[in-house]
Amino acid sequence: MGLLQVGASILTSLLIGALTGAAVLRTRFAQTARTYLLLAFSILAVYWFQPLVPLRSFDFWLPSLTLALVVLTWFITSSGGAPAQADAPAEPWWRSPQNSIALLLIVGLPALIALSRYFLPEPIFTAAPPPRFIIFLVFVIALAIAIALTSWLSRRLLWVLSALIVFLILVLIVLKTPALSLQTSIFFRTLTNRSLENAASTDLRWLGFSYIAFRLIHVLRDKQAGRLPPLSLAEFGTYVVFFPSLAAGPIDRAERFAGDLRKDFALTQDDTLAAGIRIFAGLFKKFVIADTLALIALNDLLATQVRGSGWMWVILYAYTFQIYFDFSGYTDIAVGIARLAGIKLPENFAAPYLKPNITQFWNSWHMTLTQWIRNYFFNPFNRWIRRFKRIPAWTMILIGQAATMLLIGLWHGITLNFIIWGLWHGIGLFLQNRWSDFIRTHYPNLQQNSRLQSVLQVGGVIVTFHFVALGWVFFALSEPGLSWQVILKLFGVYSSR
Amino acid sequence: MEIMDPTTPRIRLFAVLLKATLLFALFNFAFLFLQNIPFGKFSLYNSLLPGRERLPYGEVPESYSVSLFDVDAMFASHVIAGREKAPGEYRVLLIGDSSVWGTLLEPEETLAGQLNANALEACGKTVRAYNLGYPTLSLLKELMLLDHALQYQPDMIIWLTTLESFPQERQLTSPLVANNAARARELIGRYQLSADPNDPELVDLSKWDQTFVGQRRAIADHLRLQLYGTLWASTGIDQVYPENYVRAQIDLEPSDEFHGLTPADLPSFAEALAFDVLEAGLSAASVPTLLVNEPILISNGANSDIRYNFFYPRWAYDEYRKLLLERSAKYEWNYFDFWDLAPMQEFTNSGVHLTPEGEAMLTEKVAEAIQATCR
Repeated sequence: MGLLQVGASILTSLLIGALTGAAVLRTRFAQTARTYLLLAFSILAVYWFQPLVPLRSFDFWLPSLTLALVVLTWFITSSGGAPAQADAPAEPWWRSPQNSIALLLIVGLPALIALSRYFLPEPIFTAAPPPRFIIFLVFVIALAIAIALTSWLSRRLLWVLSALIVFLILVLIVLKTPALSLQTSIFFRTLTNRSLENAASTDLRWLGFSYIAFRLIHVLRDKQAGRLPPLSLAEFGTYVVFFPSLAAGPIDRAERFAGDLRKDFALTQDDTLAAGIRIFAGLFKKFVIADTLALIALNDLLATQVRGSGWMWVILYAYTFQIYFDFSGYTDIAVGIARLAGIKLPENFAAPYLKPNITQFWNSWHMTLTQWIRNYFFNPFNRWIRRFKRIPAWTMILIGQAATMLLIGLWHGITLNFIIWGLWHGIGLFLQNRWSDFIRTHYPNLQQNSRLQSVLQVGGVIVTFHFVALGWVFFALSEPGLSWQVILKLFGVYSSR
Repeated sequence: MEIMDPTTPRIRLFAVLLKATLLFALFNFAFLFLQNIPFGKFSLYNSLLPGRERLPYGEVPESYSVSLFDVDAMFASHVIAGREKAPGEYRVLLIGDSSVWGTLLEPEETLAGQLNANALEACGKTVRAYNLGYPTLSLLKELMLLDHALQYQPDMIIWLTTLESFPQERQLTSPLVANNAARARELIGRYQLSADPNDPELVDLSKWDQTFVGQRRAIADHLRLQLYGTLWASTGIDQVYPENYVRAQIDLEPSDEFHGLTPADLPSFAEALAFDVLEAGLSAASVPTLLVNEPILISNGANSDIRYNFFYPRWAYDEYRKLLLERSAKYEWNYFDFWDLAPMQEFTNSGVHLTPEGEAMLTEKVAEAIQATCR
């Protein structure tokens, strides 16, 4: 999100918050209207925030596919599709005016955007002119048939939900694997008779898909487990593509989000002030601190150019703080904007660089992602591996930690460097686990020595910070060889000149 | 809904916003009165960061440098501002355009870098050359930098120049000159130069432009310069070195025009050139000043009978050399003409930018000139 988009989001939230909070409108209708308004702006934001991609009209089709996935997932998880409880009767979606209005918004607004090519000289909500309306119409009809079919199947075949999860994971894999993205781009370029020369793995930049996919998978898994409460299409759609958290999270939980939407909300001065402070802090972190540090932060070019170990540390520290201020700044902005509209998004960061060990670091860094991974991978994986009684406990811990962190690494991108980064943290978590166990067993009285405790606390913060910083070398760079070169330079073993 | 504690003082949002706006407005306009404080002199260079070997100039972030108009800040980032003159140092300042600054050359490959590498002795001291060249072609820009550099106790000044810096119409168009209107006017007044002090090229800042909001770009550039100091210090890079670049043009247009002048204008050619700025510069310092006509590319390609290179038709350049020689004799300038020193292949992307080998040839000649001037 650029400053213009942040500004528009703030104004929209403020307006929605103020409108629904106005005394004359403090009715149940006002709260419902708030959901529709949030959904409507979120739909427009899906298109507006999508960056231009070199494939023709993909800046329209990718957001449209996002919305298609939202509708499809809702149909097969809500009472409109499969029943919430096995014994509950399925209610047709059209009986609920709320769902009909939401569906009208989800189809109508993109239709208006598609139609805008005929009456606007320049596109407003898309980076390039949208495709011809007839193509959009065909897309909607095809989608309706696909949804009807999938929805019908989902009532009869349990594996449809699993199939959709697998499909979402496959799309993620394609988007996150440079070679597969490139091949997909080549495929679409061939299909549309475009030059293959300029095909690149970055051609398929699908705004926020990593977050959208994880929200959808969470809903699908909870549906499978029978934990998903009933959600209207408006609530569900707003949850998945909520504009403040569209581009960079956090990854909320559907039932918590819907709870906020259903609460009576009136924007107070205190809310506005608290949200304003949060947004201001976020803007400062992102656009002043992070963007400034970005000028001198570690990248592929600097990795080869920097001479001397001391300067390499400076460049690495710059990256370490840049990535934190960038990401946590965005979270602050998202949390602040959402608060103006009465949504309390979960926190993503809690002073992670001040944590004395790597476990606590991961409990305070990108918290909503780690929570998601814990819920849907780590815990089920641990339950599964414990069935193998012959495997020693320490091996189980190692495998569990390494696999979890590997998954987090792969979520960022399917490259060797992200794999190494994930394993680096997985092994770090394992070692820390063993160390804590060792200290607990061999030095049970350590807790009573407050001075030693303080020393260990400070030492732990320093060691953890540097462990994380060294991990960023793999995260920031594109090639393991280059990262290794930087590690050697950091420790004075290698010099480029 | 959250229930407020009745003992908690209630914050009035409107009052907070109003006060914040007023405070910002006050700060913004207070900035107007801080114009005389030389913020540019506050620099991380030469303290936390090593000084740059040449003045900061860069149009892209990858150059780890930035072009700015604040002469104080430019010099504060230069190594000369942080180096006390040692008793054994013979301080030589090199003034000129991008060829002195060293486009496509690493700091040690420039004229200053190669002079320093030679550990030259002059007047019983060791020569330490400082690269104060700056891209863009204008004698007034060079006079401005020379005038500022005089505070750094030079023992000798070497001014390398070329005809393209001479046309009267070019004097105020260099962005550095245009955006330093007060300095330019002061020089015009002090040396009675023919340039018009009211020329619209000179940018006069409105009151709003002098506020914090109006100065945001300049402030950002100053901060960027400090940040890029980290990258300069850690990489030694201060410009982009492309792997491939377009080499200077050899096949030339069949035109004999020079800034709208043709051979028919020969009688009035001297009037079109800013010799008054050159004279001012050569008389500005109380130390020996050498004037060097820098090497140019002499093409043997198409239409090379009409032009020497992209910049110069033969008639204009020949006349310029003649005029320089005449004036040198008349005013007893230490004039050195190295115009045909380097063969064609020793030029890079322009008819005045030399390769490291070309710079080595020039270094040899300049070293001889320094020693000839200071025996």
